[in-house]
Amino acid sequence: MTTLAFALLFVLACTGYVMNRRAAQAIWADGTRLHSLSNFHGLYSLLLVVIPIFVLIILWLLLAPFVINAITVASLPADVMSEASSGQAQLILAEISSIAGGRVFGDPEPWKIDAANRLVFLNEASSYALVAAVVVLGAALAYFARQRVSAEFRARQRVETMVSGLMIFCATVAIFTTIGIIAALVFETWKFFSMVPFTEFLFGLNWEPQIPIREGQIAGAGAFGWLPVILGTLVITAVALIVAVPTGLMSAIYLNEFAPKSVRSVVKPFLEILAGVPTVVYGFFAILVVAPAIRSFGQSIGLDVSPNTALAAGSVMGVMLIPFISSFADDALSAVPNALREGSLAMGATRGEMMTTVLFPAAIPGIVGGVLLAVSRAIGETMIVVMAAGLIAKMTINPLDSVTTVTVQIVTLLIGDTSFDNPKTLAAFALGLMLFLVTLLINVFALRIVRKYREAYD
Amino acid sequence: MYDADQNRTERKVGQKDIKITARDVQVYYGTNHAIKDVSVEIEDKTVTAFIGPSGCGKSTFLRCLNRMNDTIDICRVEGNIAIDGEDIYDRRVDPVQLRAKVGMVFQKPNPFPKSIYDNVAYGPKIHGLAKNKSELDDIVERALRRGAIWDEVKDRLQAPGTGLSGGQQQRLCIARAVATEPEVLLMDEPCSALDPIATGQVEELIDELKQNYSVVIVTHSMQQAARVSQKTAFFHLGNLVEYDDTEKIFTNPQDSRTESYITGRIG
Amino acid sequence: MTDLTTSSGGAASGQTGISSADLGLRRRHRKELRLKILGMAAILFAATMLFILLASIVSSGYKAFTQTHLELEIEVQEDLIPADNPARGDYQAMVEAALLDYYPDAADDERRAITSILSSGAALKLRDNVLSDPDLIGTQTTVNVPVSDNYDQLNKDLLDRDLPENRRRLDDSQIAYFDRLEDAGIVSAPINWTLVTAADSRFPELAGLKGALIGSFWALLVCFLISFPLGIGAAIYLEEFAKKNRTSDFIEVNINNLAAVPSVVFGLLALAVFLGWFGMPRSAPLVGGMTLALMTMPTIIISTRAALKAVPPSIREAALGVGASKHQVVFGHVLPLAMPGILTGTIIGLAQALGETAPLLLIGMNAFITSAPASPVDAATALPTQIYIWADSPERGFVSRTSAAIMVLLTFLVAMNALAIFLRSKFERRW
Repeated sequence: MTTLAFALLFVLACTGYVMNRRAAQAIWADGTRLHSLSNFHGLYSLLLVVIPIFVLIILWLLLAPFVINAITVASLPADVMSEASSGQAQLILAEISSIAGGRVFGDPEPWKIDAANRLVFLNEASSYALVAAVVVLGAALAYFARQRVSAEFRARQRVETMVSGLMIFCATVAIFTTIGIIAALVFETWKFFSMVPFTEFLFGLNWEPQIPIREGQIAGAGAFGWLPVILGTLVITAVALIVAVPTGLMSAIYLNEFAPKSVRSVVKPFLEILAGVPTVVYGFFAILVVAPAIRSFGQSIGLDVSPNTALAAGSVMGVMLIPFISSFADDALSAVPNALREGSLAMGATRGEMMTTVLFPAAIPGIVGGVLLAVSRAIGETMIVVMAAGLIAKMTINPLDSVTTVTVQIVTLLIGDTSFDNPKTLAAFALGLMLFLVTLLINVFALRIVRKYREAYD
Repeated sequence: MYDADQNRTERKVGQKDIKITARDVQVYYGTNHAIKDVSVEIEDKTVTAFIGPSGCGKSTFLRCLNRMNDTIDICRVEGNIAIDGEDIYDRRVDPVQLRAKVGMVFQKPNPFPKSIYDNVAYGPKIHGLAKNKSELDDIVERALRRGAIWDEVKDRLQAPGTGLSGGQQQRLCIARAVATEPEVLLMDEPCSALDPIATGQVEELIDELKQNYSVVIVTHSMQQAARVSQKTAFFHLGNLVEYDDTEKIFTNPQDSRTESYITGRIG
Repeated sequence: MTDLTTSSGGAASGQTGISSADLGLRRRHRKELRLKILGMAAILFAATMLFILLASIVSSGYKAFTQTHLELEIEVQEDLIPADNPARGDYQAMVEAALLDYYPDAADDERRAITSILSSGAALKLRDNVLSDPDLIGTQTTVNVPVSDNYDQLNKDLLDRDLPENRRRLDDSQIAYFDRLEDAGIVSAPINWTLVTAADSRFPELAGLKGALIGSFWALLVCFLISFPLGIGAAIYLEEFAKKNRTSDFIEVNINNLAAVPSVVFGLLALAVFLGWFGMPRSAPLVGGMTLALMTMPTIIISTRAALKAVPPSIREAALGVGASKHQVVFGHVLPLAMPGILTGTIIGLAQALGETAPLLLIGMNAFITSAPASPVDAATALPTQIYIWADSPERGFVSRTSAAIMVLLTFLVAMNALAIFLRSKFERRW
């Protein structure tokens, strides 16, 4: 039925377009000079029909289930519902909707079957109502648009206003996304802190979130101190940077100053390949090759190395960040005005001296910005650590130990059972909020540095 | 250190030596033949001006004299350029060492984003001219004095060089160039980015510099060439059209192209 | 003056002739060389890592493109197939009987071990053959059936026969059973079409990427349908129409920051808002696509703006000069000229979205789903999440299949990027 609604919308819009265009052409054929081209009269009708009806359909699809569920719940026997907790009510509703979908398990009570039938009826009624609404409203709008066709009608301005409105809407989607992220994270985190004290989260040294969701599950008592998690994140980030920063900077210096053009034209796209490899592939590479290699090397020199070391995850993440840092540093070096390079060379500096004494120091703000962005990437990177780092939070900075990270915890807490009323799930959102805030701070700071730096040399 | 100045005083007494000899120099940018058959002899302790319409190759030729064109991949230089009789395009010549001898000042003042002191100390440091800090201080002070900027900056040597005014920046760059004790100073339109007052200061400085150095200056301003130079070379479309005493070029040019340029008919 | 070539009386200490390289100069050049070598070493390191990555994946993945099969002569027994419902016949028994023909002297307990050579897909294959051709009932038919994972490993030499028996997944007798089949000449390893024609399975030999490929297709389609118009609209507005003020600055900062927000945060957004508040279906490519669209949009906006910026102002002025409105100029002239750049940026953004994993995990696109989705609201996996699931599975056969899935994913990425590069080089205009 949804497809039908969209199809009808399409038909109505096209009809409106053609009708208006024809009408405008007819006026023009009579010898009257139109204010706007006939095409704009057509577009006027098209947009006037499409925009409101599209919004109507989307809203309907989003809101109808809530309304229907509310009606269904309201019609349930009062004695059943008054005893049920909100969780049980959810379960009953889920059972009713699965009966309505034709999947009957066991022998449901007759009132549930009644409710299911009602649900089916309501759903169908809603679909028909949607289609009817689309047709009636669409026809009305098309008729209205048709009435307005006249020689003096400023169709072009109207169309342009509507298009501008659409574009402004598009631009604000980015704002809404940010608002959505913040709202979702803050809202769920708020619930989390109503269950777990804020100070425990911020200063606690234990992270054992595997608490029972249902009664009778075997699980730990639960502790939600995020310090070991953030420490693990920092250890892995540090390992990644130790790999990525020197390698990235050195390769950028070489490419920017010393590499012959032919080498540069080969190496640059090849580094881009490294940047384009999905992180899930790096994660698999870490567990398939790097972790076993580190482990066997550690054992050969008599070290006890855990199978999912911070070193394995961090070094693979470092490889992932090499192209990132390299291209930032390359851009920063290229942004240094040629006059400084020539000035230094003309003083009799070697290219190496020019690089280390003038170019590189001059490019440092840009490079620092790039490294900071890499840090924020490393902190937020998920798949490599989910696959190659550990699950248990430990207060350690030994890179040969297994540590966990913020992103690993978010993913493991949210895979599988997710109900939004226990601290285990909500803890993930609290971590997510922290992750968002930390990376946001670093990003804003880094982008500002980079921008300032570019302005300084423009 | 003192040898140098003594040497220079000695040289001043004698007749003007030929410092740079260029013979049949050709420069190609890719397939573009930018300099054609230029031969010129540049005297020591003299200001030589290269003039000509834009794109005539005067800057390109200037950049051949300290091999700055090496930094441009597609640029190819043929012919022979010798400083004090020594071919600077010889394979054994290290451009790094050559550039320590042949200083250069650019069109736009380009102080490094470092302090005034570090800007001037840059060359002496990389070439290892000073054994200790106080020697370096001396070199910096002497260079800044020669650059006629000492009095303006002596109280803020640690301030960034980029914070100076345009004219001060250019004089700082000149000080930076003379700090390595070069013998030749190349100046590529050193005043084109400066206001008239700053231009006057720099021109005055150039006049003083010729006591010690062979100065080659590229300029598009004929008045400037007339004011500061003793010799003038007129370039046109990659050719060296005429080279003679400045006075002669401006009063009695031999070539009709020179005459029309000077009288403003080509430019 | 020719003192340039002699070191005595030079202009300053250490300054000698321009062609005589002194000690200090040599040291300086050595330093420069060291810097160069360090740079080359860094690049070499990156290249080596990329090479090891690709080599390890190809060398472990190529074996998944074949699958060991047995060519069995099976008697389709009429009495084992109910006439009213042929789908419920005991095909397992028929396949096992055909296999046991090769071991006439096997005892009962051995028979169980022998039949474990067969994949559970063997009986299904026979069933499908019979269902599509009922005439087979009561006849002898030759069917190529897959073997189970451990024997597949054995046949591909991934299982080391020289290991001590207790550390092997197959004991000596099991290996002997299989060797007998090999001697009989019925073992073959044809191309593993299952890898692309089947959806996920718990058995490596029956698992395929069809569900993941279709899931990724739906998700990318949704992602494109949302992010492309929204991204272009936003970019045109910001680049061509918006006045430079607080609001447009704020939007711009917002977009730049969104581009750098960790992907897992978008997963949290989708989980809380799309699934939690709007009650959208879990594991659906529709939701996955919407999430990816939010992540791709900043990329598209940024590249679209760059493409619009590259159109020279003279074009705008020319069109404005003949009396076109601002909208007509932008949509009639600037946008078409910028289109190649926009498409290139969009394809690169979609390629990134194709490889994105973390947000899809959070909305449940890592579920175990054995059928391909029929619509964008059906539960499904995507290519990267399928890789994650397989990488997490304990069965040995999934190691090479994970690598094979990665090869498939990388092939798509290379193809998309190649298309983008082609578009750029074909239509790029320098002004």
